[in-house]
Amino acid sequence: MEYVIKTDRLTKRFGDFTATNEITFEVEKGEIFGFLGANGAGKTTAMRMLCGLSIPSSGTATVAGFDVYKQTEEIKRNIGYMSQRFSLYEDLTVQENIRFFGGIYGLSNREIKTKSEDLLEQLELKNEAKKLVASLPLGWKQKLSFSVAVLHQPKIVFLDEPTGGVDPVTRRQFWDLIYEASAKGITIFVTTHYMDEAEYCNRISIMVDGKIEALDTPANLKSQFKASSMDQVFYHLARGAKRSD
Amino acid sequence: MRTIRFLLEKEFRQIFRNKAILLLIIIMPVMQLIILPLAANYEVKNINLAVVDHDHSSYSQKLISKITASGYFKLTGYNASFKEGMKLIEADKADLILEIPHGFERNLVRENHQQLFIVVNAINGVKANLGGAYLGSIIRDFNNDIRLQLLPVSKFSGAAVIEISSSNLFNPLMKYKFFMVPGILAILVTMIGGFLSALNIVKEKEFGTIEQINVSPIRKHHFILGKLIPFWVLGNVVFTLGLLVSWLIYGIEPLGNLLVLYLFASVFLLAILGFGLLISTFCDTQQQAMFIMFFFMMIFILMGGLFTSIDSMPDWAKIVSRFNPVSYLIEVMRMVILKGSGLRDILPQLGTVGVFAIVLNAWAVWNYKKRN
Repeated sequence: MEYVIKTDRLTKRFGDFTATNEITFEVEKGEIFGFLGANGAGKTTAMRMLCGLSIPSSGTATVAGFDVYKQTEEIKRNIGYMSQRFSLYEDLTVQENIRFFGGIYGLSNREIKTKSEDLLEQLELKNEAKKLVASLPLGWKQKLSFSVAVLHQPKIVFLDEPTGGVDPVTRRQFWDLIYEASAKGITIFVTTHYMDEAEYCNRISIMVDGKIEALDTPANLKSQFKASSMDQVFYHLARGAKRSD
Repeated sequence: MRTIRFLLEKEFRQIFRNKAILLLIIIMPVMQLIILPLAANYEVKNINLAVVDHDHSSYSQKLISKITASGYFKLTGYNASFKEGMKLIEADKADLILEIPHGFERNLVRENHQQLFIVVNAINGVKANLGGAYLGSIIRDFNNDIRLQLLPVSKFSGAAVIEISSSNLFNPLMKYKFFMVPGILAILVTMIGGFLSALNIVKEKEFGTIEQINVSPIRKHHFILGKLIPFWVLGNVVFTLGLLVSWLIYGIEPLGNLLVLYLFASVFLLAILGFGLLISTFCDTQQQAMFIMFFFMMIFILMGGLFTSIDSMPDWAKIVSRFNPVSYLIEVMRMVILKGSGLRDILPQLGTVGVFAIVLNAWAVWNYKKRN
């Protein structure tokens, strides 16, 4: 089995607060990996370390075969990232955003052109191509944001609560996009608070107070905790949490 | 290089998309350059003068009419007692009191000697200083007139008099506008460049878009250059507009070479933009950046030599102003525009500002952290 993410006791401390406490796990190539946990459990911190946005305090990790301490720029070439906050340029049009992010990842003009046509087609945004991103509804923005994050065909894409505040229909469509990307061989690393989405993942980990308390396929987790749904599994683990925001 | 092209394309799009800001950037300095020099006038006129005349002689009348005829003074009180004059000062109706003592004419003629008393309301320091000086020189002039009248024939009388004649080089008519306009233009260019750059990166931090940049393989110096170049272009546009305004409205044509002027302005812009970007990398919100930039702007402007000469500042202030890039711009603007200085003359200033530009931008690149 080929691993695209491997961590060993990865830790991040802010002063005497340990946001992420010695987490150890692997993510297989091509899988959809759900990264669950209550608010404040340390998911975003862990993800930021893996993306090369945050320097770990201790432990080791490799992403796409590159070290998170020394080779962050190589990591960045091989990943896509969609942050919790919408972070495309609201004062640029849909097309201009696609062009800019394609450009800075080194796509050629022809690639940018064909890819943005495909993307607009797929998202049914053709008529909105010349509209400012600020004018789009949230659901569309999130879908666009995801498509831009995988525009350069990264090995792994990190999604930090991509469907927060999005209606159920759009969430469904969003997951269609995720499956499509996964089918192209892109590994998906996703955090979510929706337990129905957790069921869509190949494997999930559940973080409580900075530690990974459980990691397996949804079916195995349910039988392990003798629960009928992921909701119960999550509740069982997370109710002991001391941290929340 | 290709990355920079995409960054520039994006920045220019954002700049041109925000029409309101663009208009402000262009129109504000032009308006200010048209209005401010009219107000920032060193000549003091309409000084309110109260005269307390105890003498009521023909000499005292002559002196008073000479003073009012100068055009600088407005006689707002002609009082019998000093007390009444003081009341006018207290009511802010007079800036100066001239007290002419009893026996002014008699003593002047008989004893060749007389004293006048001037009281200055120093609340407005500039007005008081200049008013006092004007009045002093008018009285001196009056004194000379009397001496000529009283001692018309005697060639050997009195002490030798040194007469000083002076000529004002480079600004023969001492037009304050020639002096102020280049300086004000320097400050406008500084403000536009400084504030735009200080607010820019921090704006991306506030909107969260910087995350998307930081997680991409963009090189740090590419990102900073992508921010620097658009504002550098904009700064040069503002500078050009300013030169046009000073030529069309004030008739100021640079005596020196325009290329020298642009060379210096370009290097200066790199320095001030680097400074703004540096502030931007330190701050988390636009508000913080705004206040920090404002703090420095006040120092840059007040210690830049526009309003007060750096030479007359205390030593510590002179040292501070050596680190003030604006002081070099104001100095060079005046040198090239009024004096016609060439490249060789401004080399020391150019070198210093060049060092500022390199240090500030390198610091900004270094301090911009893609990860923390």
